[in-house]
Amino acid sequence: MPVPSLSILDLHASIGDKPILKGLTLEIPKGEVHAIMGKNGSGKSTLAKIMAGHPDYTVTSGDVLLDGESILGMEPDVRARLGLFLAFQYPMEIPGVTIANFIRAALQSRLPEGEDIDAIDYYENLYKKMDLLSMSRSFTSRSVNEGFSGGEKKRCEILQMAMLQPSYAVLDETDSGLDIDALKIVSAGVNSLRGPNIGMLVITHYQRLLDYIVPDKVHVMSEGRIILSGEKDLALKLEAEGYDWVEKEYQAA
Amino acid sequence: MSTETKPQIDIDRSAGDFRYEMDYAYDAGVGLTEATIDYISDVKGDPDWVRAFRKEGYRKFLEKPMPTNWATKDLDNIVFENIRYYLAQGQQASRSWDDVPAEMKETFERLGIPEQERKFLAGVEAQFDSEAAYSNIKAAVGEQGVIFVGSTDGLKEHPELFKKWFGKVIPSGDNKFSALNSAVFSGGSFIYVPPGVKVKHPLQAYFRINAQNFGQFERTLIIADEGAEVTYMEGCTAPKFETATLHSAVVELVAMKGAKIQYITVQNWSSNVFNLVTKRGLAHEDAEIKWIDCNIGSRLTMKYPGVVMKGKGARGEVVSIALAGDGQHQDTGAKMIHAADNTTSNIISKSISLGTGRSTYRGMVHVPKHLKGCKNNTECDALLINSHSRTDTYPAISVRGQGNAVQHEASVSQISSEQIFYMQQRGLSEAAAMSLAVNGFVNDLVQQFPMEYSVELKRLIDLEMEGSVG
Repeated sequence: MPVPSLSILDLHASIGDKPILKGLTLEIPKGEVHAIMGKNGSGKSTLAKIMAGHPDYTVTSGDVLLDGESILGMEPDVRARLGLFLAFQYPMEIPGVTIANFIRAALQSRLPEGEDIDAIDYYENLYKKMDLLSMSRSFTSRSVNEGFSGGEKKRCEILQMAMLQPSYAVLDETDSGLDIDALKIVSAGVNSLRGPNIGMLVITHYQRLLDYIVPDKVHVMSEGRIILSGEKDLALKLEAEGYDWVEKEYQAA
Repeated sequence: MSTETKPQIDIDRSAGDFRYEMDYAYDAGVGLTEATIDYISDVKGDPDWVRAFRKEGYRKFLEKPMPTNWATKDLDNIVFENIRYYLAQGQQASRSWDDVPAEMKETFERLGIPEQERKFLAGVEAQFDSEAAYSNIKAAVGEQGVIFVGSTDGLKEHPELFKKWFGKVIPSGDNKFSALNSAVFSGGSFIYVPPGVKVKHPLQAYFRINAQNFGQFERTLIIADEGAEVTYMEGCTAPKFETATLHSAVVELVAMKGAKIQYITVQNWSSNVFNLVTKRGLAHEDAEIKWIDCNIGSRLTMKYPGVVMKGKGARGEVVSIALAGDGQHQDTGAKMIHAADNTTSNIISKSISLGTGRSTYRGMVHVPKHLKGCKNNTECDALLINSHSRTDTYPAISVRGQGNAVQHEASVSQISSEQIFYMQQRGLSEAAAMSLAVNGFVNDLVQQFPMEYSVELKRLIDLEMEGSVG
């Protein structure tokens, strides 16, 4: 029995006629945290959306396996209920729908028909997770992401992740738009969720985030492929020397 | 802690889609002539002035053209000759459910009315086709002098009060359908709340159409005397027939000095019903009239609840939610007539169009030149779900004079595919995501409905959204 993992196998995908992923292979074993770094436009965020099943993208070949099962061809909500979570770079606003009701509906969607969430347990759990992220209780009655600051949006994403307990989480530029205090809070929240039952893929442009969420592996993405993988010190090298040398050295390969 | 309540009322489209074979004791036959009106007047034992009022209404109905110059041509599909104008088992409403004829009693039980009455209502009237089958108020409310009876009984038992206000807020010739109602009206509620009496719990009327090719023409008159307060709610259902059914009500409200009337409608007619209703309130000094109007059912609804602010400091408000599904047209809005200084009005309208559904907002705000210190606020937001859906807005605002203020905001939005993707990524199916977004859109207005109704509304919206995506 192989180690359970989220694996991306020689994935090719495009938007319209434009290829975005060109043979990307990556495996995130459960229990590990991997980081993908790369320049803007390297296809990092697109990879996250394609894994989650965004309808704008077409997978032309390759596969994405969640614990050995292909999730391509599944609706986004089916993938989510199987255990795949995406923390969005730009979370959407849903006017009039409170955070409490939204997360509750998401949890409810995972239960068999006719079964209901216990409201008291739910709120107890929700408040505990909010404390962890230093979120005020009044947050629960605000509409999802409406009028949130950048930091509040990201915290709200991590709150949802904490509540939904996915087996694999993709964090797309979770550090963007965060000041250092917010970054620390969000990172602490993410770190508290690390463990043997979750695999994480952290997508970031900057090394800064990886000071707080220390990855097991670092991958460099360029032009729709992983061109170099290494240990966590690779991130430091990228920070110091930029992306150009990697691309020059490994792009051709 | 916010906790959701389980739906307490089991009313939805399918729950209302049933009917009983009835052998009506009173039947005015098919079509409308003076003889039809005489038949109705005879069986109801109308006084002469009411018979004359009906005849005058009939004349005006014949004179007035269909308003298809501004309204939808679908109105031409109403065939007045094919409609039955009066069907009843009797003219006397029962005070006890035990005395209600079996089929009618069973109908209202299936719709959950007696249960709601026990739970949270101060009084109930249940109309079956042309007449109220049941009408009762809690003893404590009756002891305060509150009158709540069917319009037929109201006319018989309280002729002075009735005659004083009947047809005064909405003259019979107001429009073609108010004229038709004036000719053949039957059923509806008559309410009088004495000075200073505040009715704590809502009074409710439930309108049920059971017969095919039928027209229901109830007439409601509510009078809140000085400083009185009352909340009235109405609900309705009909089975789905192949042929068109007509529902054309007239509702008149009179709020005396300092009185408050809140009128709540949850309209869920089946999709073969033409629902053409005239509703208007007269607010005297410092009085307040609020229409909370929700339209989910019907084939075509045309309804623009209005408030005439006749006394200084009077307030009028319309809060309206419309949901137009496939094949439906919700043509709704509000009329605010400022007729005294320092009067304020507020219109908040939200509509949702899905599939081939169409929603239209028509708003009229009138502030004449000689008035001072009048204010109106109008907000109307439309949400389109599919590319075939349609929404139109026709505001007509005439504000003259100095020191009067109006504010009008309108928006049209769509639920974006990115919002749906975001919600799906959290595990919600596409349909569940749509429902949640739509419920979110109307959430602030739904909060204004009493809890029992807001829960029902959410359920109805969920039902409508089912199968609307794909």
